[in-house]
Amino acid sequence: MKPAEVRLERISKSYGNQRVVHDVSLRIREGEFFTFLGPSGCGKTTLLRMIAGFVDPDEGSLYLDDQQVNQTPPWRRDVGMVFQNYALWPHMTVFENVAFGLRERKVPRAEVKTRVSKALEQVDLKGTEGRRPSQLSGGQQQRVALARTLVIQPRVLLLDEPLSNLDAKLRVDMRLELLKLQQDIGVTTIYVTHDQEEALAMSNRIAVIHQGQVIQEGAPREIYEQPANDFIAGFVGQSNLIAGKILNLTKEHVDVELADRSTLNLWRPPAFDLAQVGDSVLLSLRPESIEVTEKDLRWDAPNHIEGKILASAYQGASIEYEIATLGRALKARLTNPKGKHQFQRDDEITLSFAAEDVMLVPAKSQ
Amino acid sequence: MALTLATPTVAPKRIDWWQSGIMALLLVLLTAFIVYPVLRVLSIALSDDSGSFTLIHFGNFFRRPLFREALWNTLWSGVLVVVFSAALSLPLAYLLARYEFRGKLLLQTAATLPLVIPPFVGAVALQLILGRSGMVNLLLMDWFDVTVPLMEGLTGVVLVQTLHFFPFILLNTVVSLSNVDSSLEEMAQNLGCHGLRLFRRVTLPLMLPGFIAGSLLTFIRAIDDLGTPLMLNYKNLLAPQAYLRITTIGMDDVDGYVVCVALVILSLASLLLARKYLSLAEYATVQRFTPVTRRLHGKMTVFVWLGVALILSISLLPHMGILLLSFTKVWSFTLLPTTYTLANYVEILFRAPHFVINTLRYMLLAAGFDIVLGAAIAFLLLRTSVPGRNLLDAIATLPLAIPGVVLGVGYLRVFHGWDFPGADGPLTSSWFILVIAYTMRRLPYTVRACYAALQQVHIALEESALNLGANRLRTFTKITLPLISSGLIAGGLIAFVTSCVELSSTIILVPRIELGPIAYGIYLYMQSPLGRGAGAALGVVAILLVSLGTYLTHRIFRGRSGNAFRI
Repeated sequence: MKPAEVRLERISKSYGNQRVVHDVSLRIREGEFFTFLGPSGCGKTTLLRMIAGFVDPDEGSLYLDDQQVNQTPPWRRDVGMVFQNYALWPHMTVFENVAFGLRERKVPRAEVKTRVSKALEQVDLKGTEGRRPSQLSGGQQQRVALARTLVIQPRVLLLDEPLSNLDAKLRVDMRLELLKLQQDIGVTTIYVTHDQEEALAMSNRIAVIHQGQVIQEGAPREIYEQPANDFIAGFVGQSNLIAGKILNLTKEHVDVELADRSTLNLWRPPAFDLAQVGDSVLLSLRPESIEVTEKDLRWDAPNHIEGKILASAYQGASIEYEIATLGRALKARLTNPKGKHQFQRDDEITLSFAAEDVMLVPAKSQ
Repeated sequence: MALTLATPTVAPKRIDWWQSGIMALLLVLLTAFIVYPVLRVLSIALSDDSGSFTLIHFGNFFRRPLFREALWNTLWSGVLVVVFSAALSLPLAYLLARYEFRGKLLLQTAATLPLVIPPFVGAVALQLILGRSGMVNLLLMDWFDVTVPLMEGLTGVVLVQTLHFFPFILLNTVVSLSNVDSSLEEMAQNLGCHGLRLFRRVTLPLMLPGFIAGSLLTFIRAIDDLGTPLMLNYKNLLAPQAYLRITTIGMDDVDGYVVCVALVILSLASLLLARKYLSLAEYATVQRFTPVTRRLHGKMTVFVWLGVALILSISLLPHMGILLLSFTKVWSFTLLPTTYTLANYVEILFRAPHFVINTLRYMLLAAGFDIVLGAAIAFLLLRTSVPGRNLLDAIATLPLAIPGVVLGVGYLRVFHGWDFPGADGPLTSSWFILVIAYTMRRLPYTVRACYAALQQVHIALEESALNLGANRLRTFTKITLPLISSGLIAGGLIAFVTSCVELSSTIILVPRIELGPIAYGIYLYMQSPLGRGAGAALGVVAILLVSLGTYLTHRIFRGRSGNAFRI
């Protein structure tokens, strides 16, 4: 079936006094891989269940292509959903599970058979037709659930944290499998997750959702490199957030006074174009953009601060540091550490960073 | 190789003498009081005068029209009770599990009320209301000059048992239904399935384990029920036949044992038949508990309310009848009693208080024993690897399928006529035999309650205590026991509540009148028209005791009432 465009217009939903979705408007394009990203309880699953028809919005409209579907019951929406716990029916075999939707659609017997086996082949599960869900591993159950939904060729595919019940390594493999499958089929896909890495890796676009609202919408790079506020900067990837006030602003330099009255003299980062003297600002610095060197080695670097190592952890692909500086603790990450020196606790060091790596983030509204 | 490795020595396997000792003790105890008496009944039914194997008694059984009819009646009435109870329970269960409406709590309470009144007490009360010269028929006679023989013969038995046992099916089905993960149904809707089709293809198969469990319990209890047919004076069923044979013709009458064996076969067969479905019970368990309830609106609410009112009034009929009767001096052939009195309560509380006192003593003892046995069995099953656990589990489950009459007859046969070590005389002339019977009859429920409680205590909680230097005993008393205590108490209460109304084994085993518990007292009083008031007063006491126990069980299970009466 032709992939559909999904449009949410000013959607709100409350349970009792608790507002779970607040004035959300989104447009998910045909064939797009779109992710709702947010911490648990942010309302992302509620939004997904609205699109599937299990939750009715209090306000707002929901469109599939140009058809308003607020009143359409779940069984007439043709929107395939994969549940977080897979929801495989334990009293049916794998074949019966996958064939269910086709039988509901009165597909002729012979066609059911060929389509089910094709779907199972697609997810690499040929030969498991006669088994019960309980006889399959977690990863296999998840693929049966996927086959069961894909076999009906839905207009939209909804995935509710489908990888969260798998172990770490399998999760990374399934991520790529899922992405390839989605691109082969070309179905519009809405993916719900709290895992920012998953969201960055898979999506065409991401909506970051916090307390029932969309707080940023954009491509993965935009979200990571230009977080709209301090919440996103901290939630999507790690970030050192430094609060301060602009003391002085010249064409080339900016002096920021920090909470403890110390000042930071920076080469003026590009993000400071709109800032003015006296503004309160939040500086965001990703751990991987901080370079850690021996003390005084980089005295010539434009932006450098002295510090002392609080903790040092070797993690294979990187070394994580916690550094005491400016009266607080900063996180730094040395990627690809092979052959490089690892500083130890209490080592005196210099940390430096490029001006363009400093992000200016608006503080959270509340 | 430079390094020589010592040949691996086989480390001596540590045998836990404590655990093995407890296991052996339990097996001996349960064999002596459950397996052996039943086997004795079986062996008598299957051997001739010289003691060799024969099927001749069974041949005789099937040749006699009386027994053939009793067997058929038992089977037929059991099935009817299940069918009617199911018809009453299924819509109610769906309503309770899936809808929110005002008065839901009232309906839930009404649904458990029949369980607090012993079925044979209900039988007396219903006779006053629906019987030949009961309220309803007197009115019908007055108005239309007709009577409806609702309480006559098998009809009466089925009616009384249905009204008493339907909560078993209702409660089990509600639990099963509300345990069905909502995503399983939503997924079906997502794929295009809805309405009745959704119910048939997904919901029904998933709630089947609870429904089957309830039906099984109902069937077994119904065919085991001796009190109701005796009270209604309908003797052509297996349980009363066995009882009458043994008590009137004597303990040496083989036919009585054959009837007992027929009863055991019926209940065992139904247990085995249902087992297939019960073992599937695990699959309906919740992964993420999201109760799907919808609100009822408008017309539906009115409709539901009418239903609730109807159910409530029907299930309260026996209670009201018995309460009225307990304050009555004379009540015959009139719509309502003609003279009221408190004399009945004086009789049972001051003139003959032993029935109440005996009941409290027996029930507390039986509940206490059940807790100890249940905890020990649950511990051995869940926390040890001592051999014999499957056997222990099987034996501890067996009483579910052994009718009270059969156990009673078995005890009489085994313990009659020889002095039990430690007791002055045969066990059957001591009141203690009743305590043993109650303990064994209710053991399966207590074991399940204890098992469930212990299962919820993660083993790491105990292991960390062991790791910090507490020995096994201290770990058990300091960590495990406090965590499972509420489960244990609930298990004991279930034993207490259900033993209170037990008549079938009581009536066979009571050594002397003054050693009888309430159930026996009621039965005795009800034999004469003049004693009915006092019998009813005892019935009220029984209802109060059971209500109290049930209420406490609910409190402990925090409203998940189904748990107390599940298999």
